[in-house]
Amino acid sequence: MIASLTVFGDALEFIVDERRLILHKTWEHLLLSGAALAIALVISLPIGVWLGHRHRGSFLAVNVANLGRALPSLAVIAVGFVFIGVGFWSVAIALVVLAIPPILTNAYVAVDAVQTEAVEAARGMGMTDRQIITRIELPLALPLIFAGIRTATVFVVATATIAAVAGGGGLGDIIVNQAAYGLEGVVGAAICVSVLALVADGAVGLLQRALTPAGLRVESRSFEADVTTSGLRFRPSMSKVDGLPD
Amino acid sequence: MTPLGEPVAAQGPVIPDFGKGSDCVVENRLFCPDWVRDNWSGTLEPALVEHVKLTLLAVAIGFVLSFGAALLTHRLRLFEKPVVAFAAIVYTIPSLALFQLLVPVTGLTVATVEVALVGYTLLILYRNILEGLRSVPPDVLEAARGMGLTRRQTLWRIELPLAVPATMAGLRVAVVSTIALATVAALVIPQGLGYPIFLALREAFKTEILVAGALAVGLALVADALLVVAERALTPWNRTRRVT
Repeated sequence: MIASLTVFGDALEFIVDERRLILHKTWEHLLLSGAALAIALVISLPIGVWLGHRHRGSFLAVNVANLGRALPSLAVIAVGFVFIGVGFWSVAIALVVLAIPPILTNAYVAVDAVQTEAVEAARGMGMTDRQIITRIELPLALPLIFAGIRTATVFVVATATIAAVAGGGGLGDIIVNQAAYGLEGVVGAAICVSVLALVADGAVGLLQRALTPAGLRVESRSFEADVTTSGLRFRPSMSKVDGLPD
Repeated sequence: MTPLGEPVAAQGPVIPDFGKGSDCVVENRLFCPDWVRDNWSGTLEPALVEHVKLTLLAVAIGFVLSFGAALLTHRLRLFEKPVVAFAAIVYTIPSLALFQLLVPVTGLTVATVEVALVGYTLLILYRNILEGLRSVPPDVLEAARGMGLTRRQTLWRIELPLAVPATMAGLRVAVVSTIALATVAALVIPQGLGYPIFLALREAFKTEILVAGALAVGLALVADALLVVAERALTPWNRTRRVT
Protein backbone atom coordinates (compact mmCIF):
# COMPACT_ATOMS: atom_id res chain seq x y z
CA MET A 1 0.00 0.00 0.00
CA ILE A 2 2.80 2.39 0.96
CA ALA A 3 4.53 1.67 -2.32
CA SER A 4 1.37 2.38 -4.25
CA LEU A 5 0.92 5.68 -2.43
CA THR A 6 4.39 6.80 -3.51
CA VAL A 7 3.48 5.91 -7.06
CA PHE A 8 0.50 8.23 -6.90
CA GLY A 9 2.71 10.93 -5.41
CA ASP A 10 5.23 10.45 -8.22
CA ALA A 11 2.36 10.53 -10.72
CA LEU A 12 1.19 13.90 -9.47
CA GLU A 13 4.77 15.11 -9.63
CA PHE A 14 4.97 13.85 -13.22
CA ILE A 15 1.86 15.84 -14.11
CA VAL A 16 3.38 19.01 -12.69
CA ASP A 17 6.89 18.48 -14.11
CA GLU A 18 5.70 17.42 -17.55
CA ARG A 19 2.81 19.86 -17.74
CA ARG A 20 3.68 20.90 -21.30
CA LEU A 21 3.54 17.31 -22.49
CA ILE A 22 0.37 16.68 -20.49
CA LEU A 23 -1.31 19.81 -21.84
CA HIS A 24 -0.33 18.93 -25.39
CA LYS A 25 -1.67 15.39 -25.07
CA THR A 26 -4.81 16.60 -23.30
CA TRP A 27 -5.46 18.98 -26.18
CA GLU A 28 -5.06 16.14 -28.70
CA HIS A 29 -7.35 14.05 -26.55
CA LEU A 30 -10.01 16.77 -26.50
CA LEU A 31 -9.75 17.39 -30.25
CA LEU A 32 -10.19 13.70 -30.97
CA SER A 33 -13.11 13.27 -28.56
CA GLY A 34 -14.73 16.51 -29.66
CA ALA A 35 -14.54 15.67 -33.36
CA ALA A 36 -15.94 12.19 -32.77
CA LEU A 37 -18.77 13.48 -30.57
CA ALA A 38 -19.68 16.25 -33.00
CA ILE A 39 -19.93 13.84 -35.92
CA ALA A 40 -21.87 11.31 -33.84
CA LEU A 41 -24.31 14.03 -32.75
CA VAL A 42 -24.87 15.25 -36.30
CA ILE A 43 -25.60 11.69 -37.46
CA SER A 44 -27.64 10.28 -34.61
CA LEU A 45 -29.65 13.16 -33.13
CA PRO A 46 -31.77 13.89 -36.23
CA ILE A 47 -32.40 10.18 -36.83
CA GLY A 48 -33.30 9.49 -33.20
CA VAL A 49 -35.54 12.55 -32.88
CA TRP A 50 -37.30 11.89 -36.17
CA LEU A 51 -37.92 8.21 -35.40
CA GLY A 52 -39.18 9.16 -31.94
CA HIS A 53 -41.42 11.82 -33.44
CA ARG A 54 -42.97 9.29 -35.81
CA HIS A 55 -43.03 6.62 -33.06
CA ARG A 56 -41.39 4.28 -35.52
CA GLY A 57 -38.36 2.05 -35.45
CA SER A 58 -38.32 1.05 -31.79
CA PHE A 59 -36.86 -2.22 -33.00
CA LEU A 60 -33.97 -0.36 -34.61
CA ALA A 61 -33.38 1.87 -31.59
CA VAL A 62 -33.36 -0.99 -29.10
CA ASN A 63 -31.08 -3.13 -31.23
CA VAL A 64 -28.65 -0.32 -31.91
CA ALA A 65 -28.38 0.14 -28.14
CA ASN A 66 -27.83 -3.55 -27.49
CA LEU A 67 -25.31 -3.93 -30.27
CA GLY A 68 -23.52 -0.78 -29.12
CA ARG A 69 -23.11 -2.23 -25.67
CA ALA A 70 -21.70 -5.46 -27.09
CA LEU A 71 -19.15 -3.76 -29.35
CA PRO A 72 -15.70 -3.99 -27.77
CA SER A 73 -14.15 -0.55 -28.20
CA LEU A 74 -10.70 -2.04 -28.67
CA ALA A 75 -11.92 -4.17 -31.57
CA VAL A 76 -13.72 -1.23 -33.21
CA ILE A 77 -10.60 0.93 -33.01
CA ALA A 78 -8.49 -1.95 -34.28
CA VAL A 79 -10.82 -2.40 -37.25
CA GLY A 80 -10.66 1.34 -37.97
CA PHE A 81 -6.88 1.20 -37.78
CA VAL A 82 -6.57 -1.73 -40.14
CA PHE A 83 -9.04 -0.51 -42.73
CA ILE A 84 -8.55 3.23 -42.69
CA GLY A 85 -4.95 3.43 -41.57
CA VAL A 86 -2.90 5.09 -38.91
CA GLY A 87 -3.95 8.39 -37.48
CA PHE A 88 -6.53 10.82 -36.23
CA TRP A 89 -9.42 10.05 -38.55
CA SER A 90 -9.32 6.29 -38.32
CA VAL A 91 -9.69 6.55 -34.54
CA ALA A 92 -12.20 9.39 -34.77
CA ILE A 93 -14.43 7.31 -37.02
CA ALA A 94 -14.17 4.33 -34.68
CA LEU A 95 -15.18 6.58 -31.79
CA VAL A 96 -18.12 7.88 -33.82
CA VAL A 97 -19.33 4.31 -34.23
CA LEU A 98 -19.10 3.82 -30.46
CA ALA A 99 -20.81 7.13 -29.63
CA ILE A 100 -23.81 6.71 -31.91
CA PRO A 101 -25.74 4.00 -29.98
CA PRO A 102 -26.28 5.85 -26.67
CA ILE A 103 -27.12 9.16 -28.38
CA LEU A 104 -29.44 7.64 -30.97
CA THR A 105 -31.26 5.38 -28.55
CA ASN A 106 -31.76 8.00 -25.88
CA ALA A 107 -32.96 10.56 -28.40
CA TYR A 108 -35.45 8.05 -29.73
CA VAL A 109 -36.70 6.97 -26.31
CA ALA A 110 -36.88 10.57 -25.09
CA VAL A 111 -38.97 11.90 -27.96
CA ASP A 112 -41.04 8.74 -28.17
CA ALA A 113 -41.95 9.09 -24.48
CA VAL A 114 -43.20 12.70 -24.68
CA GLN A 115 -46.83 12.70 -23.51
CA THR A 116 -49.18 12.27 -26.44
CA GLU A 117 -51.56 14.76 -24.80
CA ALA A 118 -48.99 17.53 -25.15
CA VAL A 119 -48.31 16.66 -28.78
CA GLU A 120 -52.00 16.39 -29.60
CA ALA A 121 -52.75 19.69 -27.93
CA ALA A 122 -49.98 21.29 -29.98
CA ARG A 123 -51.37 19.79 -33.15
CA GLY A 124 -54.82 21.01 -32.18
CA MET A 125 -53.39 24.49 -31.84
CA GLY A 126 -52.31 24.24 -35.46
CA MET A 127 -48.60 23.64 -34.98
CA THR A 128 -46.72 22.08 -37.86
CA ASP A 129 -44.59 18.97 -37.43
CA ARG A 130 -41.47 21.10 -37.30
CA GLN A 131 -42.97 23.33 -34.62
CA ILE A 132 -44.10 20.32 -32.61
CA ILE A 133 -40.58 18.90 -32.71
CA THR A 134 -38.72 22.10 -31.88
CA ARG A 135 -41.16 23.65 -29.40
CA ILE A 136 -42.80 20.70 -27.68
CA GLU A 137 -40.91 17.46 -28.07
CA LEU A 138 -37.31 18.66 -27.93
CA PRO A 139 -37.69 20.77 -24.76
CA LEU A 140 -39.55 17.98 -22.99
CA ALA A 141 -37.13 15.32 -24.21
CA LEU A 142 -34.05 17.35 -23.36
CA PRO A 143 -33.09 15.65 -20.06
CA LEU A 144 -33.12 12.19 -21.62
CA ILE A 145 -31.40 13.30 -24.80
CA PHE A 146 -28.66 14.86 -22.71
CA ALA A 147 -28.39 11.74 -20.59
CA GLY A 148 -27.44 9.94 -23.79
CA ILE A 149 -25.00 12.64 -24.80
CA ARG A 150 -23.39 12.52 -21.36
CA THR A 151 -23.01 8.76 -21.53
CA ALA A 152 -21.46 9.09 -24.97
CA THR A 153 -19.17 11.92 -23.83
CA VAL A 154 -17.75 10.03 -20.87
CA PHE A 155 -17.42 6.95 -23.01
CA VAL A 156 -15.67 8.71 -25.88
CA VAL A 157 -13.24 10.62 -23.64
CA ALA A 158 -12.43 7.38 -21.83
CA THR A 159 -12.15 5.31 -24.97
CA ALA A 160 -10.07 7.88 -26.84
CA THR A 161 -7.28 6.62 -24.58
CA ILE A 162 -7.19 3.42 -26.62
CA ALA A 163 -6.62 5.61 -29.67
CA ALA A 164 -2.93 5.48 -28.85
CA VAL A 165 -2.68 1.87 -30.02
CA ALA A 166 -3.78 3.05 -33.47
CA GLY A 167 -1.69 6.21 -33.60
CA GLY A 168 -4.54 8.57 -32.78
CA GLY A 169 -2.57 10.51 -30.19
CA GLY A 170 -3.98 11.81 -26.93
CA LEU A 171 -3.24 10.92 -23.34
CA GLY A 172 -3.25 7.24 -24.25
CA ASP A 173 0.15 7.80 -25.87
CA ILE A 174 1.58 8.16 -22.38
CA ILE A 175 -0.49 5.35 -20.87
CA VAL A 176 0.62 2.69 -23.36
CA ASN A 177 4.22 3.79 -23.36
CA GLN A 178 5.49 2.84 -19.97
CA ALA A 179 8.95 2.24 -21.39
CA ALA A 180 9.35 5.94 -22.09
CA TYR A 181 7.36 7.60 -19.32
CA GLY A 182 7.63 5.11 -16.48
CA LEU A 183 4.90 3.98 -14.15
CA GLU A 184 4.47 7.50 -12.74
CA GLY A 185 3.78 8.79 -16.25
CA VAL A 186 1.26 6.02 -16.91
CA VAL A 187 -0.57 6.61 -13.65
CA GLY A 188 -0.35 10.39 -14.06
CA ALA A 189 -1.91 10.23 -17.53
CA ALA A 190 -4.57 7.84 -16.23
CA ILE A 191 -5.47 10.36 -13.53
CA CYS A 192 -5.68 13.06 -16.20
CA VAL A 193 -8.05 10.95 -18.32
CA SER A 194 -10.31 10.30 -15.33
CA VAL A 195 -10.43 13.97 -14.44
CA LEU A 196 -11.01 14.90 -18.08
CA ALA A 197 -13.94 12.48 -18.31
CA LEU A 198 -15.50 13.89 -15.15
CA VAL A 199 -14.96 17.47 -16.31
CA ALA A 200 -16.43 16.73 -19.74
CA ASP A 201 -19.44 15.11 -18.07
CA GLY A 202 -19.89 18.18 -15.90
CA ALA A 203 -19.53 20.52 -18.88
CA VAL A 204 -22.24 18.71 -20.82
CA GLY A 205 -24.37 18.86 -17.67
CA LEU A 206 -23.93 22.63 -17.54
CA LEU A 207 -24.81 22.91 -21.21
CA GLN A 208 -27.94 20.92 -20.50
CA ARG A 209 -28.91 23.30 -17.69
CA ALA A 210 -28.38 26.25 -19.96
CA LEU A 211 -30.55 24.74 -22.68
CA THR A 212 -33.36 23.54 -20.44
CA PRO A 213 -36.31 25.95 -20.38
CA ALA A 214 -36.73 27.45 -16.90
CA GLY A 215 -40.10 25.80 -16.39
CA LEU A 216 -38.61 22.35 -16.82
CA ARG A 217 -35.64 22.75 -14.49
CA VAL A 218 -36.29 20.05 -11.96
CA GLU A 219 -33.98 17.60 -10.30
CA SER A 220 -33.86 14.79 -12.79
CA ARG A 221 -30.41 13.33 -12.51
CA SER A 222 -31.33 10.03 -10.95
CA PHE A 223 -34.04 9.56 -13.53
CA GLU A 224 -31.60 10.19 -16.37
CA ALA A 225 -28.99 7.85 -15.07
CA ASP A 226 -31.47 5.02 -14.79
CA VAL A 227 -32.33 5.25 -18.41
CA THR A 228 -28.77 5.35 -19.64
CA THR A 229 -27.69 2.16 -18.00
CA SER A 230 -30.76 0.02 -18.01
CA GLY A 231 -33.78 1.88 -19.26
CA LEU A 232 -34.43 0.10 -22.47
CA ARG A 233 -34.26 -3.36 -21.10
CA PHE A 234 -35.56 -2.40 -17.75
CA ARG A 235 -38.84 -0.94 -18.83
CA PRO A 236 -40.40 -3.97 -20.50
CA SER A 237 -39.47 -6.18 -17.59
CA MET A 238 -40.77 -3.59 -15.15
CA SER A 239 -44.15 -3.82 -16.75
CA LYS A 240 -43.92 -7.55 -16.28
CA VAL A 241 -43.34 -7.06 -12.58
CA ASP A 242 -46.88 -5.78 -12.36
CA GLY A 243 -48.08 -9.13 -13.60
CA LEU A 244 -48.36 -11.08 -10.41
CA PRO A 245 -48.61 -14.83 -10.13
CA ASP A 246 -52.25 -15.72 -10.49
CA MET B 1 6.02 -4.40 -19.03
CA THR B 2 2.77 -4.02 -20.83
CA PRO B 3 2.16 -6.12 -23.93
CA LEU B 4 2.61 -2.87 -25.80
CA GLY B 5 6.18 -2.03 -25.00
CA GLU B 6 6.70 0.32 -27.89
CA PRO B 7 4.29 2.52 -29.81
CA VAL B 8 2.60 0.41 -32.42
CA ALA B 9 1.74 3.15 -34.82
CA ALA B 10 5.34 4.08 -35.47
CA GLN B 11 6.08 0.74 -37.09
CA GLY B 12 3.62 0.91 -39.94
CA PRO B 13 2.09 -2.18 -41.44
CA VAL B 14 4.52 -5.08 -41.38
CA ILE B 15 3.55 -8.34 -42.98
CA PRO B 16 3.52 -10.91 -40.22
CA ASP B 17 5.60 -14.03 -40.53
CA PHE B 18 3.45 -16.90 -39.41
CA GLY B 19 5.90 -19.56 -40.58
CA LYS B 20 3.74 -21.37 -43.08
CA GLY B 21 1.88 -18.27 -44.16
CA SER B 22 -0.41 -18.80 -47.10
CA ASP B 23 -0.67 -16.27 -49.91
CA CYS B 24 -3.72 -14.86 -48.20
CA VAL B 25 -1.86 -14.30 -44.94
CA VAL B 26 1.23 -12.91 -46.63
CA GLU B 27 -0.87 -10.46 -48.65
CA ASN B 28 -2.89 -9.63 -45.53
CA ARG B 29 -6.22 -9.98 -47.27
CA LEU B 30 -9.51 -9.11 -45.58
CA PHE B 31 -10.22 -12.56 -44.25
CA CYS B 32 -8.14 -15.73 -44.38
CA PRO B 33 -10.12 -18.85 -43.43
CA ASP B 34 -6.96 -20.95 -43.46
CA TRP B 35 -5.33 -18.75 -40.83
CA VAL B 36 -8.39 -19.13 -38.59
CA ARG B 37 -8.28 -22.89 -39.07
CA ASP B 38 -4.55 -23.06 -38.27
CA ASN B 39 -4.74 -20.79 -35.23
CA TRP B 40 -8.09 -21.72 -33.74
CA SER B 41 -6.88 -24.21 -31.18
CA GLY B 42 -3.58 -22.44 -30.51
CA THR B 43 -4.68 -18.80 -30.21
CA LEU B 44 -8.36 -18.09 -30.61
CA GLU B 45 -9.93 -20.85 -28.57
CA PRO B 46 -7.77 -20.30 -25.45
CA ALA B 47 -8.41 -16.55 -25.72
CA LEU B 48 -12.15 -17.17 -25.93
CA VAL B 49 -12.11 -19.49 -22.91
CA GLU B 50 -10.04 -16.98 -20.90
CA HIS B 51 -12.45 -14.26 -21.90
CA VAL B 52 -15.41 -16.27 -20.63
CA LYS B 53 -13.60 -16.99 -17.36
CA LEU B 54 -12.64 -13.34 -16.81
CA THR B 55 -16.23 -12.27 -17.44
CA LEU B 56 -17.88 -14.95 -15.31
CA LEU B 57 -15.64 -14.28 -12.33
CA ALA B 58 -16.15 -10.51 -12.55
CA VAL B 59 -19.93 -10.72 -12.90
CA ALA B 60 -20.18 -13.34 -10.13
CA ILE B 61 -18.22 -11.22 -7.65
CA GLY B 62 -20.02 -8.07 -8.76
CA PHE B 63 -23.37 -9.79 -8.34
CA VAL B 64 -22.61 -11.03 -4.82
CA LEU B 65 -21.41 -7.57 -3.76
CA SER B 66 -24.34 -5.76 -5.35
CA PHE B 67 -26.85 -8.26 -4.03
CA GLY B 68 -25.53 -7.89 -0.49
CA ALA B 69 -25.49 -4.11 -0.76
CA ALA B 70 -29.01 -4.07 -2.21
CA LEU B 71 -30.38 -6.28 0.58
CA LEU B 72 -28.71 -4.08 3.16
CA THR B 73 -29.92 -0.79 1.74
CA HIS B 74 -33.36 -2.17 0.99
CA ARG B 75 -33.96 -2.07 4.74
CA LEU B 76 -31.53 0.70 5.68
CA ARG B 77 -32.23 3.44 3.16
CA LEU B 78 -29.67 5.64 4.84
CA PHE B 79 -26.85 3.78 3.08
CA GLU B 80 -28.32 3.95 -0.39
CA LYS B 81 -26.85 7.29 -1.42
CA PRO B 82 -23.23 6.51 -0.43
CA VAL B 83 -23.36 3.16 -2.21
CA VAL B 84 -24.73 4.71 -5.40
CA ALA B 85 -22.21 7.55 -5.22
CA PHE B 86 -19.31 5.13 -4.87
CA ALA B 87 -20.51 2.90 -7.70
CA ALA B 88 -21.17 5.91 -9.94
CA ILE B 89 -17.69 7.33 -9.42
CA VAL B 90 -16.08 3.98 -10.25
CA TYR B 91 -18.31 3.74 -13.30
CA THR B 92 -17.05 7.09 -14.62
CA ILE B 93 -13.35 6.20 -14.48
CA PRO B 94 -12.16 5.25 -17.97
CA SER B 95 -11.44 1.53 -18.19
CA LEU B 96 -7.93 1.86 -19.57
CA ALA B 97 -7.11 4.39 -16.85
CA LEU B 98 -8.60 2.25 -14.08
CA PHE B 99 -6.56 -0.76 -15.17
CA GLN B 100 -3.44 1.38 -15.07
CA LEU B 101 -4.33 3.03 -11.79
CA LEU B 102 -4.66 -0.40 -10.19
CA VAL B 103 -1.33 -1.69 -11.46
CA PRO B 104 0.70 -0.05 -8.65
CA VAL B 105 -1.63 -1.67 -6.11
CA THR B 106 -2.21 -5.14 -7.48
CA GLY B 107 0.45 -5.46 -10.17
CA LEU B 108 0.15 -6.96 -13.64
CA THR B 109 -2.15 -9.72 -12.44
CA VAL B 110 -5.60 -11.12 -12.98
CA ALA B 111 -6.59 -9.36 -9.74
CA THR B 112 -6.07 -5.94 -11.36
CA VAL B 113 -8.34 -6.88 -14.22
CA GLU B 114 -10.99 -8.40 -11.98
CA VAL B 115 -11.12 -5.48 -9.57
CA ALA B 116 -11.69 -3.11 -12.48
CA LEU B 117 -14.26 -5.32 -14.21
CA VAL B 118 -16.13 -5.93 -10.94
CA GLY B 119 -16.12 -2.19 -10.30
CA TYR B 120 -17.94 -1.52 -13.56
CA THR B 121 -20.68 -4.06 -12.85
CA LEU B 122 -21.57 -2.61 -9.43
CA LEU B 123 -23.62 0.40 -10.50
CA ILE B 124 -25.74 -1.49 -13.02
CA LEU B 125 -26.36 -4.54 -10.83
CA TYR B 126 -26.93 -2.72 -7.55
CA ARG B 127 -29.39 -0.27 -9.00
CA ASN B 128 -31.38 -2.89 -10.84
CA ILE B 129 -31.59 -5.29 -7.90
CA LEU B 130 -32.67 -2.52 -5.55
CA GLU B 131 -35.14 -1.20 -8.11
CA GLY B 132 -36.55 -4.71 -8.43
CA LEU B 133 -36.99 -5.05 -4.67
CA ARG B 134 -38.59 -1.63 -4.48
CA SER B 135 -40.94 -2.29 -7.36
CA VAL B 136 -42.98 -4.84 -5.40
CA PRO B 137 -46.48 -3.32 -5.12
CA PRO B 138 -47.44 -2.31 -1.56
CA ASP B 139 -50.69 -4.27 -1.65
CA VAL B 140 -48.72 -7.43 -2.34
CA LEU B 141 -46.54 -6.75 0.70
CA GLU B 142 -49.64 -6.12 2.76
CA ALA B 143 -51.22 -9.33 1.58
CA ALA B 144 -48.02 -11.14 2.57
CA ARG B 145 -48.16 -9.63 6.01
CA GLY B 146 -51.83 -10.47 6.26
CA MET B 147 -51.02 -14.09 5.48
CA GLY B 148 -48.68 -14.05 8.45
CA LEU B 149 -45.34 -14.11 6.60
CA THR B 150 -42.37 -12.87 8.58
CA ARG B 151 -40.06 -10.25 7.13
CA ARG B 152 -37.56 -12.91 6.13
CA GLN B 153 -40.26 -14.98 4.45
CA THR B 154 -41.57 -11.91 2.67
CA LEU B 155 -38.08 -11.22 1.34
CA TRP B 156 -37.39 -14.73 0.08
CA ARG B 157 -40.85 -15.69 -1.14
CA ILE B 158 -42.28 -12.41 -2.37
CA GLU B 159 -39.74 -9.67 -2.91
CA LEU B 160 -36.81 -11.59 -4.39
CA PRO B 161 -38.88 -13.57 -6.91
CA LEU B 162 -40.63 -10.40 -8.02
CA ALA B 163 -37.26 -8.67 -8.34
CA VAL B 164 -36.01 -11.31 -10.79
CA PRO B 165 -36.98 -9.50 -14.02
CA ALA B 166 -35.27 -6.26 -13.00
CA THR B 167 -32.26 -8.19 -11.68
CA MET B 168 -31.96 -10.15 -14.89
CA ALA B 169 -32.22 -6.96 -16.92
CA GLY B 170 -29.27 -5.60 -14.96
CA LEU B 171 -27.38 -8.86 -15.28
CA ARG B 172 -27.78 -8.79 -19.05
CA VAL B 173 -26.36 -5.27 -19.30
CA ALA B 174 -23.55 -6.15 -16.89
CA VAL B 175 -22.54 -9.34 -18.72
CA VAL B 176 -22.63 -7.76 -22.17
CA SER B 177 -20.64 -4.70 -21.15
CA THR B 178 -18.14 -6.78 -19.16
CA ILE B 179 -17.49 -8.96 -22.20
CA ALA B 180 -16.81 -5.83 -24.23
CA LEU B 181 -14.63 -4.31 -21.51
CA ALA B 182 -12.62 -7.45 -20.89
CA THR B 183 -10.89 -6.98 -24.24
CA VAL B 184 -9.03 -4.01 -22.73
CA ALA B 185 -7.73 -6.33 -20.00
CA ALA B 186 -5.11 -7.48 -22.48
CA LEU B 187 -3.26 -4.27 -21.72
CA VAL B 188 -2.49 -5.67 -18.28
CA ILE B 189 -2.38 -9.44 -18.74
CA PRO B 190 -1.96 -11.49 -21.93
CA GLN B 191 -5.42 -13.02 -21.65
CA GLY B 192 -8.80 -12.82 -23.28
CA LEU B 193 -9.84 -11.88 -26.79
CA GLY B 194 -8.15 -8.51 -26.49
CA TYR B 195 -4.72 -10.15 -26.57
CA PRO B 196 -4.89 -11.41 -30.16
CA ILE B 197 -6.26 -7.99 -31.12
CA PHE B 198 -3.31 -6.23 -29.50
CA LEU B 199 -0.87 -8.58 -31.21
CA ALA B 200 -2.57 -8.20 -34.57
CA LEU B 201 -2.55 -4.41 -34.20
CA ARG B 202 1.23 -4.43 -34.30
CA GLU B 203 1.20 -6.03 -37.70
CA ALA B 204 -2.12 -4.62 -38.89
CA PHE B 205 -3.15 -8.20 -39.53
CA LYS B 206 -6.76 -7.95 -40.64
CA THR B 207 -8.00 -11.50 -40.19
CA GLU B 208 -6.98 -11.78 -36.57
CA ILE B 209 -8.52 -8.43 -35.60
CA LEU B 210 -11.77 -9.21 -37.39
CA VAL B 211 -12.09 -12.74 -36.01
CA ALA B 212 -11.21 -11.83 -32.41
CA GLY B 213 -13.52 -8.80 -32.53
CA ALA B 214 -16.33 -10.85 -34.01
CA LEU B 215 -15.82 -13.53 -31.37
CA ALA B 216 -16.19 -10.91 -28.62
CA VAL B 217 -19.39 -9.51 -30.14
CA GLY B 218 -20.73 -13.02 -30.77
CA LEU B 219 -19.92 -14.06 -27.21
CA ALA B 220 -21.82 -11.04 -25.87
CA LEU B 221 -24.86 -11.77 -28.00
CA VAL B 222 -24.88 -15.47 -27.06
CA ALA B 223 -24.54 -14.64 -23.35
CA ASP B 224 -27.39 -12.14 -23.66
CA ALA B 225 -29.62 -14.74 -25.31
CA LEU B 226 -28.76 -17.32 -22.62
CA LEU B 227 -29.75 -14.85 -19.90
CA VAL B 228 -33.09 -14.21 -21.63
CA VAL B 229 -33.73 -17.96 -21.58
CA ALA B 230 -32.71 -18.10 -17.90
CA GLU B 231 -35.05 -15.24 -17.06
CA ARG B 232 -37.97 -17.01 -18.71
CA ALA B 233 -37.16 -20.15 -16.75
CA LEU B 234 -37.00 -18.21 -13.49
CA THR B 235 -40.27 -16.36 -13.99
CA PRO B 236 -42.85 -18.95 -15.05
CA TRP B 237 -45.72 -16.59 -14.22
CA ASN B 238 -44.66 -14.19 -16.94
CA ARG B 239 -44.45 -17.01 -19.43
CA THR B 240 -47.99 -18.23 -18.88
CA ARG B 241 -49.27 -14.68 -18.97
CA ARG B 242 -47.68 -14.10 -22.29
CA VAL B 243 -49.37 -17.15 -23.82
CA THR B 244 -52.89 -16.23 -22.78
